[in-house]
Amino acid sequence: MTSTVKKDEAHVVFRGVDKTYDGKTMVVRDLDLHVERGEFFTLLGPSGSGKTTCLMMLAGFEASTSGEITIDGRPVHNLPPRKRGIGMVFQNYALFPNMTVGQNLSFPLEVRGIPASDRAERVRRTLAMVRLEGMENRRPGELSGGQQQRVAIARALVFEPSLVLMDEPLGALDRRLREELQFEIRNIQQELGLTVVYVTHDQQEAMAMSTRVAVFHRGQVQQIATPEVLYEEPEREFVARFIGDNNILRGHVLSADEGQCIVDTPGGEVKAFPVYRCRPGEKVALAIRPERVGLAQPRTYSNEFEVDLRDILFVGDHLRMRVKVCGNSNFIIKLPNIAGHGAVLKGDRVRIGWGIMDCRALPDEE
Amino acid sequence: MAQSLRGARIRAAALTLPLVIFITVTFFVPLGSMLTRSFHSPQVADALPRTLALLEDWDGQSGPQEETFRTLGEEFRSLAKQRKLGGVATRINRLESGMRSTILKTARKLRRDQPESWREAMVAADEAWGEAGTWRALRRAGERFTLQHYLNALDLDRDDAGRIVTQPPERRIYLPLLWRTLVVSLAITVICLVLGYPVAYLIANSSPARSNLLLLLVLLPFWTSLLVRTTSWIVLLQNQGVVNDLLVAIGILGDDGRIAMVYNMTGTLIAMTQILLPFMILPLFAVMRTVSPQHLRAASSLGATFRQGFLRVYWPQTLPGVAAGSLLVFILSIGYYITPALVGGRTGQLISNMIAYHMQQSLNWGLAAALGVILLATVGLFYFVYDRLVGIEGMRFS
Ligand SMILES: Nc1ncnc2c1ncn2[C@@H]1O[C@H](COP(=O)(O)OP(=O)(O)OP(=O)(O)O)[C@@H](O)[C@H]1O
Ligand SMILES: [Mg+2]
Repeated sequence: MTSTVKKDEAHVVFRGVDKTYDGKTMVVRDLDLHVERGEFFTLLGPSGSGKTTCLMMLAGFEASTSGEITIDGRPVHNLPPRKRGIGMVFQNYALFPNMTVGQNLSFPLEVRGIPASDRAERVRRTLAMVRLEGMENRRPGELSGGQQQRVAIARALVFEPSLVLMDEPLGALDRRLREELQFEIRNIQQELGLTVVYVTHDQQEAMAMSTRVAVFHRGQVQQIATPEVLYEEPEREFVARFIGDNNILRGHVLSADEGQCIVDTPGGEVKAFPVYRCRPGEKVALAIRPERVGLAQPRTYSNEFEVDLRDILFVGDHLRMRVKVCGNSNFIIKLPNIAGHGAVLKGDRVRIGWGIMDCRALPDEE
Repeated sequence: MAQSLRGARIRAAALTLPLVIFITVTFFVPLGSMLTRSFHSPQVADALPRTLALLEDWDGQSGPQEETFRTLGEEFRSLAKQRKLGGVATRINRLESGMRSTILKTARKLRRDQPESWREAMVAADEAWGEAGTWRALRRAGERFTLQHYLNALDLDRDDAGRIVTQPPERRIYLPLLWRTLVVSLAITVICLVLGYPVAYLIANSSPARSNLLLLLVLLPFWTSLLVRTTSWIVLLQNQGVVNDLLVAIGILGDDGRIAMVYNMTGTLIAMTQILLPFMILPLFAVMRTVSPQHLRAASSLGATFRQGFLRVYWPQTLPGVAAGSLLVFILSIGYYITPALVGGRTGQLISNMIAYHMQQSLNWGLAAALGVILLATVGLFYFVYDRLVGIEGMRFS
C-alpha cells in the first residue's frame, strides 16, 4: 500500500457519495469528506443518520450508489474488503468465539502468511498495548465487556494497518469504562500515528476524542469542524441543538448588517450574530448557550430581559435555572456556583442578559 | 413458603403425569416385553415339562431311557389333541432344521396304537430319534432363558459340542445386512449434510421474508404423507418413469439403456435422502441463526478470503448444528423401514426390513427382538461415541 501513497492526497476521501439500499430513500446524500493522515475523524449523528453505512462503504462491505471513495488517492470501489488493509472494530466486537484471544489476534497475521515465530511476538506486543498481557489463552466468552473491546481493538491493530475504522466501539460499556477507554484509544492512535475514522452518537465522546467531527443528520453532513469550532460556532440549527445544550429562540429578521442583525421574537427584539447572509423578513433560529447567559445589572449586556424565575436547581458546581423569555418557556440558564447567587429564589423577578457574539442567528430548520 | 413451593412443584409434576402414563403404556411396556422376548422363550418348556425334567439328568451322549421316550410320546399326543403341537414343532425346528417334520411325522404314527417299546416305535417313525443330537436340540429348545436368538442375529451357532462358532460365509445374513445398513446410513448422512448445509446457510442469512419462505419450502414435504412421497419416487425413478423418459428424450440415454434407479439401493438412497433432508437442515439452521454475520465480515476485514473465513471462523461455530443434524439423520436412517420396503427392491433392504420380516412373515419374534436389541445397542454406541467426540449437551436441535 505504502508504495502508492500520494502525499498531497488526503488519506481518505469521499467525493459526492450517495447511498440507497432500496432505490427510494437516500441513506447518504452527496457526501464529501477529506480525512487527513493521522487524523482522529469522527462521524457523529443520531441513530439512523447513516454513519455505519459510510463506514461500511469505506470498509468495502457496501457499495456506494454513486460518487467516489479513495484511500491514499486510489479509488477503492473495485477492491474487496480484505485487500483494503483497513483495521476494523465492530459495534459488538465480533470476536471469534471458537478461538482464544491469542488465536483471534494471530488470525489476520496467519492469513497474511506471517511466520509463526513472528506472530507470537506481535500478538504479545499488541496485547501489551491494550494492557491485556498474558491473556492469550483466554476465550472471548471469559472476558468482561471492556476486555473484549480491548481485544477487538488489538485485533484491528495487530497487522499494523494505517487506517482503522471503529463503529461505536464503546457503545455497550458503562460510563466509567467508556471514559477510561476513550483515553486509551486516543493514546494508541497518537502513539502509532493512525488515521482513525470513528463512529459514535455520543457527542461528548466525539468532542473528547476527535481532531475533527462530521455531524450527520438524515444522511447529510451538517458541518465538519474541530470540536471547539463545533461548540462555539455551529453553522446549522441541528448542530447547535445536537452539540451541548443550546437555547433556541425563533423570530424574523428586522435588519441585518455585517456582524449583527436584529431579530423580532415574541418577547421583544434581540441583537444577534448572523452566521450567514440573512435578509430582513427571513425566519431565523437564535442559539444561546445556557452558560453564556448572566444575571445582569442594567446595561451590562446587549440583550437584557426581566423574567420570572420558574425553577431553580442546585447541581453542585452550578445552578440551573429555567425561565420564559422571547417565546421560549424552557430557556435554561447555567450559573457557576460562586458566592452571591444564593440570594435568588424560585418566583423572583430577575434580569438576565447575553452578548451579541453569544447569540448566533442560524437558518431556521423547523 | 417452602411448603407452598413444594406444593407448586408437585402440581407441576402432576401435569406431566398423563404424558408419563401414556408413554409408559404405549412405549416402555411394549418395548420391555419385546426385549424380554429376545432372551425369554418359555413356550417349549411349558409344552414338554416332564420330558425336559427327565432330560436334565441325561448325560447327552447315549440314547435316553425308555421312560423318556414314553413321556415324550405321551406329551406329543396330548399336545396334538390340543392342536398345539405345530407351534411347538416350529420353535424346535428353528434350532435344528428338520425337527418339525420329524415331530409331526412321529406324532401321526403314535396317534392310535399303544406301542410295546416307545423307543422302537419312535425310531421306526423317524430314525432321528436314535441320534443323541436330536435330543440335545430338544433339551436346548426347552431352555426358558436362551441366547440362541442373539447367536442367530449375529450369524453364530453352536456346534455339536455346544461351542459357539460362526456360520459359514454363505449362511451369514444379519451381520452383512447390519453393516450395509450402517454404510447406507452414513452415506445418507453425508449427502444430507452436503446438500443441506448451503440451504441452511441461505435460510439463516436471508431477509426475514425470504428466510420464512425458504423455511416453509423445507417443511413443505411434511404436509404430504410419507407414503405419498415415497411412492412418487417410484413414479419418478422407475424404468418407464419421468426421469428415465426425460433422459431418453434429450438423448443422454438410449431407449434400451434406461437406468434402474428404483427397487435397488439407488432408490433407497435417493428417496431416504430426500425424506431425511429437513432433519439435517433444521438443526443446522437453528445454529447458524445464532452465528453473527459480522464474523464473516470481520474475517474479511482482517484480510481473510471467503474460504479462510468460512473454514476458520464460520464452520467451527456451526459444528454443534452439524453434529445434531448428522446424529439425527444417521439414527433415523439406521432404523428406517417404510421407504426401503417400498423402493428398495431386493438389494435395497435394510436391517429394519429384516426385523419386520421376522415379525410379520416368519413369526420368529424372538429373533426380531434380538435384532432390535442389537440395533438399539448400535445406536446407543454411536450416541456414546458422539458424546465423547462432540459433547451431547453442546449440541443444539432447535
Ligand atoms: N442493510 C441495510 N438494508 C436496508 N437499509 C439499511 C441497511 N443498513 C442500514 N439501513 C438503513 O439506513 C439508514 C442508516 O443506517 P445506519 O446503520 O447507517 O445508521 P447509523 O447512523 O449507523 O445508526 P445507529 O447509530 O443506530 O447505528 C437507516 O434508516 C437504516 O434503516
Ligand atoms: Mg450504526
